[in-house]
Amino acid sequence: MKRKDSLAQRLCASPHIVWSALFIVVPLIMVVYYAFTDKTGAFTLDNISRLSDYTTTFLRSIWYGIIATIICLVIAYPVAYIIARSKARVQSTMIMLVMIPMWMNFLLRTYSWMTLLADNGVINNLLAKIGAGPLHMINTAGAVILGMVYNFLPYMILPIYTVMTKLDNSLIEAAQDLGANKARVFIDVVVPHSISGVVSGITMVFVPSVSTFYISQKLGGGSFALIGDIIEMQFQISNNFNFGAALSLVLMILILICMTVMNRFGDNDESKGGVMI
Amino acid sequence: MENNVIIDLKNISVKLGDNQILENLSMYIRDKEFITLLGPSGCGKTTTLRIIGGFLEPDAGEIVFEDKVINGVPPHKRQVNTIFQRYALFPHLNVYENIAFGLRIKKLKEEEIRDTVKEMLALVNLSGFERRNINSLSGGQQQRVAIARALAVKPRVLLLDEPLGALDLKLRKDMQVELKNIQQRLGITFIYVTHDQEEALSMSDTVVVMDGGVIQQIGTPQDVYNEPKNAFVADFIGESNILDGKMLEDFKCSFSGAQFQCLDKGFGIGESVDVVVRPEDVDIVPVEKGILTGIVTSVTFKGVHFEIIVDIGGFKWMIQTTDYEPVGKKIGLDIEPDAIHIMKKSRYSGLYGDYSSFSDEIDHLSDIVEEE
Repeated sequence: MKRKDSLAQRLCASPHIVWSALFIVVPLIMVVYYAFTDKTGAFTLDNISRLSDYTTTFLRSIWYGIIATIICLVIAYPVAYIIARSKARVQSTMIMLVMIPMWMNFLLRTYSWMTLLADNGVINNLLAKIGAGPLHMINTAGAVILGMVYNFLPYMILPIYTVMTKLDNSLIEAAQDLGANKARVFIDVVVPHSISGVVSGITMVFVPSVSTFYISQKLGGGSFALIGDIIEMQFQISNNFNFGAALSLVLMILILICMTVMNRFGDNDESKGGVMI
Repeated sequence: MENNVIIDLKNISVKLGDNQILENLSMYIRDKEFITLLGPSGCGKTTTLRIIGGFLEPDAGEIVFEDKVINGVPPHKRQVNTIFQRYALFPHLNVYENIAFGLRIKKLKEEEIRDTVKEMLALVNLSGFERRNINSLSGGQQQRVAIARALAVKPRVLLLDEPLGALDLKLRKDMQVELKNIQQRLGITFIYVTHDQEEALSMSDTVVVMDGGVIQQIGTPQDVYNEPKNAFVADFIGESNILDGKMLEDFKCSFSGAQFQCLDKGFGIGESVDVVVRPEDVDIVPVEKGILTGIVTSVTFKGVHFEIIVDIGGFKWMIQTTDYEPVGKKIGLDIEPDAIHIMKKSRYSGLYGDYSSFSDEIDHLSDIVEEE
């Protein structure tokens, strides 16, 4: 009987195991395999040594990712706090407003920013009408970061909002009771409580920001190529799967390092930790 | 009014929507006393506490703290501290940091903080727990940390909102004794909220019985038990047989079809009154010697005594006795003059006091469910 049970259990678990193996483990192995081989399949370190040509691009990607993440955090934190502290009906409306842009296609959203930011686009036309401008906005680093912030902001707001709503009001009252004014309540109670949400938010914004390629192409006009663009180029244009894989591998490792550092930072205050990707 | 009044509530009213939570409530609290606000859920006791703590502003009335009106003063500027119903300990801080929280806000020196925390932990019997995580503590231990945290900032008045509600019976009894000891040792005013009448009687110097946002009676535990003001107080505190009676003259009354000597006076001749007789004050005597006679309808063994229900002319009395009387037996009953307490008629008259069903027990149960 026991054996049958365990067999049944194994059968039940098998779809998940097969799924994980097929779509997570196998691709990972393939990335590593391609990264260390050449077109003929022979082992080589050429791909890895060529990576140094793209150091600037790597650094730029990470730098832009960090800036976008910080801006998202600065905007999202107060927004999430205000939403979480408002009345139930206001809360659902505001969260709806945060999520609605996510229902629109990502490419479409980015494309519309092109129309807005172009030299003869909507914003410059408006500026011309009031006698100001024109401002050169499209194809700048600022435009790329704007695109990242705009697209990934909801992913920062939602996890922070979620932990904020779980904050027990009696904790705030207890802090006030012990002599804390509004600022101290915020620093000593609200902020530590929200760390886990902040860590998830940072992960959910930083990872896609670092690896994006579409935003930099459309809003950066190619002059601010990110590592995502280079990887895309290897697969779509140069047809160099091996080098593309090496780039992906390094990007993955870099993100992993960043996230580990982040987690350590979060762990100091919050033993429970956040939802990690 | 006496000099040592620390908090004076004057004509406090609170309305939430269409609900009158507190209605023209006035009371004062003496320095260093243990005062309990007692009543069923929804009686306004927690609201009163929140008003004193500063978490709620009354719609009308004044809160006076040591001769100063403190309406509008935010909680962090009041010299009162609260023990919350669910402790409200900070989960991201350990035991030490929780207790040090208020001290750090006061910007005390690190050595001073360390000494105070140590002293407080010793006070609540948790020495050595400094580095423990809050979530690793039992309910009773968390309760002690909450007490230590509130006492560390040396409040003048400690507000306790059903602090023992979540503990099991044995622990609750121990903590009752401990809280009372702490209060006496530190000489701090305790304002304690509970719906547990036994807790109120055993711990308090003064009991304030509340119902429907109105104070029903203020007095010592003995006062409210022995001399309840109306049928609500008599029923809520302890067990009682409440009968419809008549005052014949001073020291003489009639109820259940018989005349009794009593110790009450000052009522009108022939005035309708409520008569309270506690179950432990009824003596069982042979039928021929009894002023009243009745038939036993149920017997429950309670350990110390039997609780028997006796039908006297259709009214079910509860009587506590150490002598077993079988169901169906006809017995005689005698009541001494000092066992009879006469109350003026009130809006609660006729609502309580008959033991044909144990309605009050069911009320207590629903109380707990509502408060969860």
